[in-house]
Amino acid sequence: MTFLNFLISGISLGSIYAIIALGYTMVYGIAKMLNFAHGDVIMVGAYICFYAISRFELPPLVGILLAMIVCMLLGIIIERLAYKPLRSAPSLAVLITAIGVSYFLQNAALLLWTPNPKVFPSVVGDGKVELFGGQLTISHVTIVTIVACVAIMIFLTVFTESTKMGKAMRACSEDKGAAQLMGINVNATISITFAIGSGLAAIAGALLCSAYPTLIPTTGSMPGIKAFTAAVFGGIGSIPGALLGGLLLGVIEIFAKAYISTQLSDAIVFAVLIIVLLVKPAGLLGKQIREKV
Amino acid sequence: MEAVLKVEDINVYYGSIHAIKGISFEVNQGEIVTLIGANGAGKSTTLNTIAGLLNSHTGAIQFMGENLGKIAAHKIVSKGLALVPEGRRIFLQMTVQENLEMGAYTNRGDLREDIEKVYGYFPRLKERYKQIGGTLSGGEQQMLAMGRALMSRPKVIMLDEPSMGLAPILVEEIFNIIQNLHQSGTTILLVEQNAQAALSVADRGYVLETGKIVLSGTGAELLGAPEIKKAYLGG
Repeated sequence: MTFLNFLISGISLGSIYAIIALGYTMVYGIAKMLNFAHGDVIMVGAYICFYAISRFELPPLVGILLAMIVCMLLGIIIERLAYKPLRSAPSLAVLITAIGVSYFLQNAALLLWTPNPKVFPSVVGDGKVELFGGQLTISHVTIVTIVACVAIMIFLTVFTESTKMGKAMRACSEDKGAAQLMGINVNATISITFAIGSGLAAIAGALLCSAYPTLIPTTGSMPGIKAFTAAVFGGIGSIPGALLGGLLLGVIEIFAKAYISTQLSDAIVFAVLIIVLLVKPAGLLGKQIREKV
Repeated sequence: MEAVLKVEDINVYYGSIHAIKGISFEVNQGEIVTLIGANGAGKSTTLNTIAGLLNSHTGAIQFMGENLGKIAAHKIVSKGLALVPEGRRIFLQMTVQENLEMGAYTNRGDLREDIEKVYGYFPRLKERYKQIGGTLSGGEQQMLAMGRALMSRPKVIMLDEPSMGLAPILVEEIFNIIQNLHQSGTTILLVEQNAQAALSVADRGYVLETGKIVLSGTGAELLGAPEIKKAYLGG
């Protein structure tokens, strides 16, 4: 039964990674850049949610919505100010800028919200479900996290496969020049992608801090890096890949903590990543790029 | 005759390279006009500039009386000017049908009629409508690229080397389709390295050499011109 408990915790943690990884993967797919500030958007979302719920005593759902709106705007502004001017610059310049934005957000948070940890109130309360006569307990946070992840996956899949906007995103991801010739506004499409990714980061922030309630300005950086790893693991640019990568990473991390060593768990996670990339450089579900001449 | 597309004295640079050196030409309603020339003469650059993907430092590009100079590339297609780019550039991971839908991105309403019309020109695409673009042959990809451009209901369609890399039989098929389009009233600006084929279907042609127009005339005149014969038609 403890095995099942660990598995469920792993899936729950993995769901959070997956939601964050979706943001990485969508931005990478369309803007072809690694947005290392993504993890810090999670932290901003968590703080907005925290203040909305704890200080202004708004209902949790309103708090999350507010955090989503703020993060979406933040995502659009970051892209416009920091990344758009570098659209034709070498990718290394963009990467370093993203790291700069990440530190900027962390330090702005230190200034605004102080380094003192905030105790995040769970957005779904402290309830649990007990199964098998109390041998298996699943918290409401866990259930909501997994359900939210599945719902987001379905939404994004339907959105990119079937809507006009989603298809335009896929077109931009393949060939921006050709997309422009179709009449697709590439700048607007990139903005929308950043908005979606950052909105997801806000949800991830609220769920992450509901499960692990200590909120400080660097709260987002480790989950951000892990989710980036998950995105690469699953195949960056692929939506199902982000889900698969996130879930696997969460499960491996929890099992490593439970059965091997708490201290070594992160090392084990990254070792698995290295092995997978040695065998499948494009990630588990990544597409090998083929070009027809 | 009335010029639908008028290019006046455009100059285009790639960094410090002066690729287009003051080109002017026009395309009249209902014509097939061709730009021919060797590799690197500036043919594709000219088309990409008209489509708004590149900018000219000088001059003007008038389309149906409107200056396209400051208009963003994604707004040009809805004005009725479509480009089938060099190398086709279809969306390789999308299906044939989705590629066609993308071509009609700026059109609202029912696409079925437009899609049927495209399938009328290219029956082969209809057979493959669910297939992913990347699995099509080179000729089929060219057909898809042309069909995709037609989905925007263009008044003028610009074709950049539609015969590139195709077997002779497919080249013939593509040129038959170009003539069909012409007969149905579409104005065509055709860029080709295959000078023989291009000049035989064109009403008029311009010859480009290192970013300048060196010769112009009707298709028949250029086909007969000794300097063209020597440089492009193999004697």
